[in-house]
Amino acid sequence: MSLILDKVSYVYSEGTAYERWALKNINLKLEDGEFIGIIGHTGSGKSTLIQHFNGLIKATSGGIYFNGRDIYEEDYDKRELRTQVGLVFQYPEHQLFETTIFDDVCFGPINQGLSKNEAGLRAFEALRSVGMPEKLYYQSPFDLSGGQKRRVAIAGVLAMKPKMLILDEPTAGLDPKGRDEILDLIAAMHKERNMTVVLVSHSMEDVAKYVERMIVMNDGEIMYDGTPGEVFLHYKELEAVGLAAPQVTYLMHELKEQGLPVNSAATTVEEAMESILKAFR
Amino acid sequence: MEIIKADRLVHEYIRRDEEGNVESIQTALDHIDLDVQPGSFIAVLGHNGSGKSTLAKHINALLVPGEGTLFVDGMDTSDGKHTYDIRRSAGMVFQNPDNQIIASVVEEDVGFGPENIGVPTDEIWTRVEESLKSVGMLHYRSHSPNRLSGGQKQRVAIAGVMAMEPKCIVLDEPTAMLDPNGRKEVLNAVHALNKKKGVTVLLITHYMEEVVGADFVYVMDQGKIVMQGTPKEIFSKVDKLKKYRLDVPQITLLAHKLREAGLSVSRGILTREELTGELVQLYGSKK
Repeated sequence: MSLILDKVSYVYSEGTAYERWALKNINLKLEDGEFIGIIGHTGSGKSTLIQHFNGLIKATSGGIYFNGRDIYEEDYDKRELRTQVGLVFQYPEHQLFETTIFDDVCFGPINQGLSKNEAGLRAFEALRSVGMPEKLYYQSPFDLSGGQKRRVAIAGVLAMKPKMLILDEPTAGLDPKGRDEILDLIAAMHKERNMTVVLVSHSMEDVAKYVERMIVMNDGEIMYDGTPGEVFLHYKELEAVGLAAPQVTYLMHELKEQGLPVNSAATTVEEAMESILKAFR
Repeated sequence: MEIIKADRLVHEYIRRDEEGNVESIQTALDHIDLDVQPGSFIAVLGHNGSGKSTLAKHINALLVPGEGTLFVDGMDTSDGKHTYDIRRSAGMVFQNPDNQIIASVVEEDVGFGPENIGVPTDEIWTRVEESLKSVGMLHYRSHSPNRLSGGQKQRVAIAGVMAMEPKCIVLDEPTAMLDPNGRKEVLNAVHALNKKKGVTVLLITHYMEEVVGADFVYVMDQGKIVMQGTPKEIFSKVDKLKKYRLDVPQITLLAHKLREAGLSVSRGILTREELTGELVQLYGSKK
């Protein structure tokens, strides 16, 4: 279940005075079961990139291959692609519209052509997996708190049983606990269902804590692609393009400069703690 | 005199059915006491639904007290004749910059507020220039707001509030939608306004790192103020904060864990400099 981008470029408003290259010659391979983080400042091309993954935007040039098939082929089933590659937009709760939570989650599977019963089963499963209490299923989604609404919206995508889940800043606007809950939920789904997960985030701390591979976008190009430990070693370069490293990474660099034998590639609180304690042993 | 003074302030959201009978009552603010001194930098923390935004709307007289009183700059917010003066003394900045920008040129957007309250044209331009300068956006005065980054837009929104020359600004999660750089720009701008112009700041946020520089912190839960103190006092209570669905800055958490593991670092460490200093010293004395 791999996704390959081959020399993908995308130009907004081509041929006008506002012409702008949002993506430049992107080569990328997402493997089955990976947990990937995408970071980049506002306007770096992250959102444009992920909208290519399920064919919402068609590349100006280059090819995209999902499972070995060219998604731009004329007879390619785009609907099937969008079922397999689920995209959760920013503030997805703004897209809730049904009168009950349950109906809202059923909407996707019904659109996929499933029967009402099958869709209902899918909705139950999805709502359970996002931890929604059963007594709320037939209430209006609009009476829920922000964090709960977002879970319902994510359940709506999960109910379509995607093989790959892409989330555009799923924690924006949530309180710290809500942030942890959503990210833990995503990490659990990644683990249990072996789902490929792509997480777009502005929080370096979250990316460092959860993902295995991170891709840094800058000015429509891939600037870095590696593990968080590898990428955050370049913290100075990241700052130059409006990003940063997690707070603990800076601390570890400072400690090392001051002569403490610590690992400056630590990117999470746990790694930093381990390394500092080791230095004191 | 306090610039904001709340005394047992209560706000209830009441839902009614079609016949007007009360269906449910949700207490969003439950006897809040608040004393904010002029020129201070106050942070308000609390999980989603804890009542923070309701409190913010009271300070701007968008909502009025159900019970208790709220005085802003000496004016009672429940007295309708003060509403406009209150809004002039307490400006408000919201989460989404795109919802707050209305004009097609930056300087016109910033001038909209003062124009609306009848400031003479010459003075409008002085104010526009002043406020754009104070948030570091003067260079963009003739740009179109929709070509700006999130952090820049939010700074324009803040300049728009500053042009009204308020004594106090209330910022309701102003950085929630911004990237790290945008967050830094906005925070620096707000701190500069507080220091250089003496504007009282009330910052509502979910980012613990943004609270570190505040003079005083209030923590809200279920409509009540459950903790208050300096950032150091608040963040030294890691477990209590977690109970309220909150967190501590990453550095504070690391220091807390190191302490639990037996290293003698102080409680409530907030900044990298503090922790580096202490660890380097500890390491030196170990040898």
